[in-house]
Amino acid sequence: MSNIDWYEIWLATLDTLLMMGGSLLFTVLLGLPLGVLLFLLGPRQLFAHRGAYAVLSLVVNVLRSLPFIILLIVMIPFTVLITGTSLGVAGAIPPLVVGATPFFARLVETALREVDRGIIEATQSMGANTRQIIWNAVLPEARPGIIAAVTVTAITLVSYTAMAGVVGAGGLGDLAIRFGYQRFQTDVMVVTVVLLLVLVQILQMLGDRLVVHFSRK
Amino acid sequence: MIEFEQVHKAYVVQGQPIPALQKTDLQIRRGEIFGLIGHSGAGKSTLLRLINRLEEPCGGRIMIDGTDVTALDAAGLRDFRRKIGMIFQHFNLLASKTVANNVAMPMKLAGEQSNAAIAQRVAELLARVGLSEHADKYPAQLSGGQKQRVGIARALATGPDILLCDEATSALDPQTTAQVLQLLAEINRELGLTIVLITHEMDVIRRVCDRVGVMDGGVIVELGDVADVFLHPQHETTRRFVQESDEDTLGSDEDWQQVQGSIVRLTFLGESTYAPVLGRIARETGIDYSILAGRIGRIKDQPCGQLTVALSGSAEQAVAAREQLQSAGVTLEVLRA
Repeated sequence: MSNIDWYEIWLATLDTLLMMGGSLLFTVLLGLPLGVLLFLLGPRQLFAHRGAYAVLSLVVNVLRSLPFIILLIVMIPFTVLITGTSLGVAGAIPPLVVGATPFFARLVETALREVDRGIIEATQSMGANTRQIIWNAVLPEARPGIIAAVTVTAITLVSYTAMAGVVGAGGLGDLAIRFGYQRFQTDVMVVTVVLLLVLVQILQMLGDRLVVHFSRK
Repeated sequence: MIEFEQVHKAYVVQGQPIPALQKTDLQIRRGEIFGLIGHSGAGKSTLLRLINRLEEPCGGRIMIDGTDVTALDAAGLRDFRRKIGMIFQHFNLLASKTVANNVAMPMKLAGEQSNAAIAQRVAELLARVGLSEHADKYPAQLSGGQKQRVGIARALATGPDILLCDEATSALDPQTTAQVLQLLAEINRELGLTIVLITHEMDVIRRVCDRVGVMDGGVIVELGDVADVFLHPQHETTRRFVQESDEDTLGSDEDWQQVQGSIVRLTFLGESTYAPVLGRIARETGIDYSILAGRIGRIKDQPCGQLTVALSGSAEQAVAAREQLQSAGVTLEVLRA
């Protein structure tokens, strides 16, 4: 009763990894500065600004409240503009990034807020400017929290990729839906779910290990 | 020299201004250890942070060695802060950096490029605070006292003229406190650094400070040499601080209802503390004395003592005894005639 085409599964795994890795890279590149900005503008922080913070916060919340599957469709024109196609792995990455960046930025903001105010005060007392405070004190101190945020975001991205089949991006989730669910191929379903589980497990373990390594506590 | 001219500060909480420091004039001399004592909320922490403008004053002027700190722009202030070191109650070391990198941080922030120069300076500083063998450890691996030593080394990294100590020993046990205070006194002596420290413990003031200001409700209620303030407190708040640290060693009126004669408090300061003054005067004047309460100790490097004594004898003997005590450099207060 074997419906399993291992080559197909290998390709799907590769697609999932590509989508996850590619979108994670851009999510971190965009979300980290956004998180720092949210942190700086937040109440009682270095650039505290109620209005700017409220606007930015609203944008982040709106993007976070959009269901990913809707985002995927709404963004098609924009995706074409950036990647030249709305299909495949390349077509899935822009919506994945837009979906995950606000989420990651919030996690970064929280991680930065966890840094003791005394550390910032001490760094200020050394004559540091804001850039130095962020770069030399806040980010290094928040590193374990930021790594944890990257881990959570990577896992969230894996689950988002399951929906990327809508734009024909492939991946393990897509395989599970098209073959496992729609064609009642239970064995395909089981294999893909197990692979996703293993992937998530590996990501979490890797993240946890890095957090411990950088915690210095 | 640090000069406050009519400096005041209020915080705005829910639209209401809450005064933290009333209009204050204060002069802290170059090279001295100046202590500020007060309960939490007395304004001492605000006053300390005004010196390097971690708090912005609402008005007044702060002059440090001829520079108007209150008039500095952002870049000027950053340069200026490098001449002022600061240590904290909770140390505020970076957990993500090694001891050596924590100490190196102010130099890197100041733009020092040469790694060799930084490494050499770090080694010097760690040797001074006695932590050379811990250079590659992380703060979490150190004890509280060691962490504060790292804090001190870090504060000294850019060769400051002034060191601000924000409750630097409040999180430490008594023995470690003594060691850290000793280190501060050493630094003050050897580097000629002006130290401003705030604390809520009279003992900290007594051990290291030259002068002290007592704060209450955003006002400096008493100011003077530590020996004067400690031995002859004038303000109620000061008395309470002194009493807390004395723990009843001076006794009280109720204890002495049975005691005959007049009761006086004698204060010895400096050499007279160890001199056999009482015995000699008793022999020469024929007066009798009994010691009711007392303590002998040190204020910074100066021996001092305070004894509550009952004197019994004739009126002439009493007058003679008082004169002799005063001429021996002993301060006399009559508690009961």
